[in-house]
Amino acid sequence: MDAIIEGFGKAFFLILHLDPELLSIILLSLKVSGTALIVATTLGLPLGALTALKHFPGRGFIISVLNTSMGLPPVVVGLFLYLLLSRSGPLGFMALLYTTLAMIVAQSILAFPFVAALSHSAIIKIDPLIKKASLTLGATSLQVTTAIVREARYGIMAAIIAALGRVMAEVGAILIVGGNIAGFTRVMTTTIALETDKGNFALALALGIILLMISFVINMALYFIQKKGALQT
Amino acid sequence: MGLAFTISHVYKSYHGKPVLNDCSFSFEKSGTYILTGPNGSGKSTFFRICALLEDPDRGDVNYLSEGSAVAKTIELRRRITLLLPRVGVFNTTVFKNVAYGLMIRGINRDEMTERGMKALDFVGLKHKTNQKALTLSSGETQRLGIARAIVIEPEILFLDEPTASVDLENTEIIEDIILKMKKIGKSIVVITTHNMVQAERLADWLLLMKDGKIVQT
Repeated sequence: MDAIIEGFGKAFFLILHLDPELLSIILLSLKVSGTALIVATTLGLPLGALTALKHFPGRGFIISVLNTSMGLPPVVVGLFLYLLLSRSGPLGFMALLYTTLAMIVAQSILAFPFVAALSHSAIIKIDPLIKKASLTLGATSLQVTTAIVREARYGIMAAIIAALGRVMAEVGAILIVGGNIAGFTRVMTTTIALETDKGNFALALALGIILLMISFVINMALYFIQKKGALQT
Repeated sequence: MGLAFTISHVYKSYHGKPVLNDCSFSFEKSGTYILTGPNGSGKSTFFRICALLEDPDRGDVNYLSEGSAVAKTIELRRRITLLLPRVGVFNTTVFKNVAYGLMIRGINRDEMTERGMKALDFVGLKHKTNQKALTLSSGETQRLGIARAIVIEPEILFLDEPTASVDLENTEIIEDIILKMKKIGKSIVVITTHNMVQAERLADWLLLMKDGKIVQT
């Protein structure tokens, strides 16, 4: 019990004194997860919109793959990426293993199905009358699509936030492809795992508290967005 | 005279059931055409085909301007508007709903405000400008749909049962709006209704959809 109390005490000390190591780890986590989220949204939102608005051969298969991929175990993603990026792998020449770029790729893969599948669900629920209204008022195909996506904005924001929650808390994939190198690829979750192994609970707890706070903010944002969307529909 | 249109020998069927059957008619003069006919007689199909939202199985819809044929492009589609029986409302303010048609045409903000407010005033919704459109009553929603259609000053306006789902008070308001539009009298307005009293009150020309064909009564 004393160790826990002492750990919390040291953790709050690190947080309150803005410990440079703590800050650099937090900033790297936000950079990796934020970039991964931008990549996943840039690719996932158009795919979600396409599968919701267009009927084409293989559409059902893509939707099923996206839904299944939301449950992808991060360690499996990490393992496959490791095999691809390792020196003897097909992409080994790119020398990406143990870099932040590899971590961004791993987290993008994990976030992508969340953004695509949940955006698809949000867009497909939009009343078909919105499409008809846009068309009858003289909208082009692109303007019709924009109008529908705009109508689904609360659901899409919820999808993006859910994906952020997924990648922020993820440890398996980035540990495998990032290597947890101090000052380079060490992020919050991998540091917590490492420092716990080492018995350095202060830093692990400090990062755990910050991670929980970020997770809380993400979930509060999700709650308010869903509430606002529910009020307006 | 602006845009006019003619439909020639149009056929349309769904799942093997004919809806429009050698349907032909010319809408050449500006004014109000009232199209009546029983449910399922093909009035809404006729509107969707005329508004270029659906293709006929056979036959042609030809738009003419000053006697010359007009190509079926987005530019033509923007000179025509169809108001459906159920208005699709965007999840935003009343004003932004009305301004949508102007926004997609790239109209500048000042003109958009002026024309949007004028249209809202025309349908008696000026006091609801900043209200969320989804909170309007069904009658108000229908009037919003009319404002959204007339703000873009279509040369041909199709109103598909504009009073079918509204109360008596809003029916009277909508009829008055249509009569006001008649007085301005620059465009062709085609309206479907089941209400014969309303049809007599509003029509310059009374048409009947029967057996998939239009006949003038």
